[in-house]
Amino acid sequence: MNLRAVQAIYVNEMSRFFRTIGQSFISPVISTSLYFVVFGAAIGSRIETVEGVSYGAFIVPGLIMLSVIMQSISNASFGMYFPKFVGTVFELLSAPVNFLEIVLGFVGAAATKALFIGVVILGTAAVFVDLSILHPLAMVAFLVLTCLAFSLMGFIIGIWAKNFEQLQLVPLLIVTPLVFLGGSFYSTSMLPPVWQTVTHFNPVFYLISGFRWAFFGVADVAVGWSLLAIAAFFAICLTIVWQIFRTGWRLRD
Amino acid sequence: MSAILKIRDLRKVYEGGFEALKGVTLDIEEGEILALLGPNGAGKTTLISTLCGITEPTSGTATVGGYDIKTQYRQARGMIGLVPQEINLEPFSYVGANLHFSRGLFGKPRDDAKVEDVLRKLALWDKRASRVRELSGGMKRRVLIGKALAHEPKVLFLDEPTAGVDVALRKEMWDVVADLKAAGVTIILTTHYIEEAEAMADRVAVIRDGEILMVERTADLMQRLGRKDLTIELREPLTAIPEPLSGYDLCLGEDGLSLTYSYDTQADRTGIAGLMSALSEAGIVLKDLHTRQSSLEEIFVGLVEEKGAPA
Repeated sequence: MNLRAVQAIYVNEMSRFFRTIGQSFISPVISTSLYFVVFGAAIGSRIETVEGVSYGAFIVPGLIMLSVIMQSISNASFGMYFPKFVGTVFELLSAPVNFLEIVLGFVGAAATKALFIGVVILGTAAVFVDLSILHPLAMVAFLVLTCLAFSLMGFIIGIWAKNFEQLQLVPLLIVTPLVFLGGSFYSTSMLPPVWQTVTHFNPVFYLISGFRWAFFGVADVAVGWSLLAIAAFFAICLTIVWQIFRTGWRLRD
Repeated sequence: MSAILKIRDLRKVYEGGFEALKGVTLDIEEGEILALLGPNGAGKTTLISTLCGITEPTSGTATVGGYDIKTQYRQARGMIGLVPQEINLEPFSYVGANLHFSRGLFGKPRDDAKVEDVLRKLALWDKRASRVRELSGGMKRRVLIGKALAHEPKVLFLDEPTAGVDVALRKEMWDVVADLKAAGVTIILTTHYIEEAEAMADRVAVIRDGEILMVERTADLMQRLGRKDLTIELREPLTAIPEPLSGYDLCLGEDGLSLTYSYDTQADRTGIAGLMSALSEAGIVLKDLHTRQSSLEEIFVGLVEEKGAPA
């Protein structure tokens, strides 16, 4: 195991993050505050409680998941696409590293950045609403696993993308709808039965449900299903990445 | 000396059927500079990319320092430094950080002294805290060399190191290469500039259409294939080559004031002595004489035309 290579990639990726640490910090604070003003104060004042939780607090887990998923994908996909774009990918391919080391470096860094954003949002949310976290360990586990799994997905998108448009395509067309329709801002029990069934085919729904359970002890599905969903998603992404490096798809001629 | 790089029947067929390497077999000696010469699309970059792990070979084997490039890729790649043809650098990254990154990627512990040493040798030490995008083209190329050297490779591939580089900088590159050779690094360089190969390389390998046409010591090649032109300047113009000289392969200049005689430097009899006496017998008065050795470029063009029957 070439741990120094993992470290080199990780440090290199994080240095880009630290160069723009101000933006990285400010933008989630502002967007979270906006969500609370709009959803929490304006709409939330007309909704008493959802499953016994005040609406302002209820949307916190979904809000964190929304940002963390989007950040994981965009960090990792950009991180992997950029070397292809500027041509520095030759160095990764000619270095004495295997796929796992490259993945650990890139995905580790992307997940770290997303985790940082998640924590910032949680901190900002705590300013607006009273938050209690019922299962803090489970909360951290869900958060970290989500960061890793979606960073892996972003990494795949970064290898697949041939231009910047494609880089935006999957997050915009697939992930955003899945996150919004996964119950970020509502309980699925509020939906008509048909849509409740449809929701069960949305993998993000299980993540948000499990994450919300870690906060409030209430969930749309049993927490075991949530864990299973994220584990399965993680395994699928890892298999795809392994296959990509085994075949050299879009990396090696 | 022993071969540090052994290439055996290396083939590469790209998707779509293009055969970029048609069974390349080549040994590269430790410590030598080998120039890989060939026209565009000959397979120079494909060969380098395959040895470095960027391109997958279709068949054949290669070892670096005895390590197989596929089964023992960690050891093999660890010995190689690659300077690509294109200036592939992250524009916003810093020069020093770039070298540290490359070193780490190759599994070497951080070594500030080593990185400083490389940067100083490449006259980049003053630029260590600059961003890549602030550098001139020549400096960027040197950063690429620095990155390739940061992990102390035994074998260095330079893919067209002086393409699009001005004369002064080209000389500077040659100095860098000479220093590396002195330090014991084996260097394989591809180039279009024949004078570069002539000036630097111990041996020249000529590649065309994915095949190595020949490998030879630069000096031997110059001698073996080298023809010389003897130009005889005349005092009085001639309208035609006089009859007594018709046995010689002579060419009369347009103004009638010069005769050119081509001969093989390796031939037992160059025919110069006979030509001289024939000239004086014909009563032709000489003004001046000079000879010119054909350059590697002419040799190369001749070779490629000779062996390269149209596909």
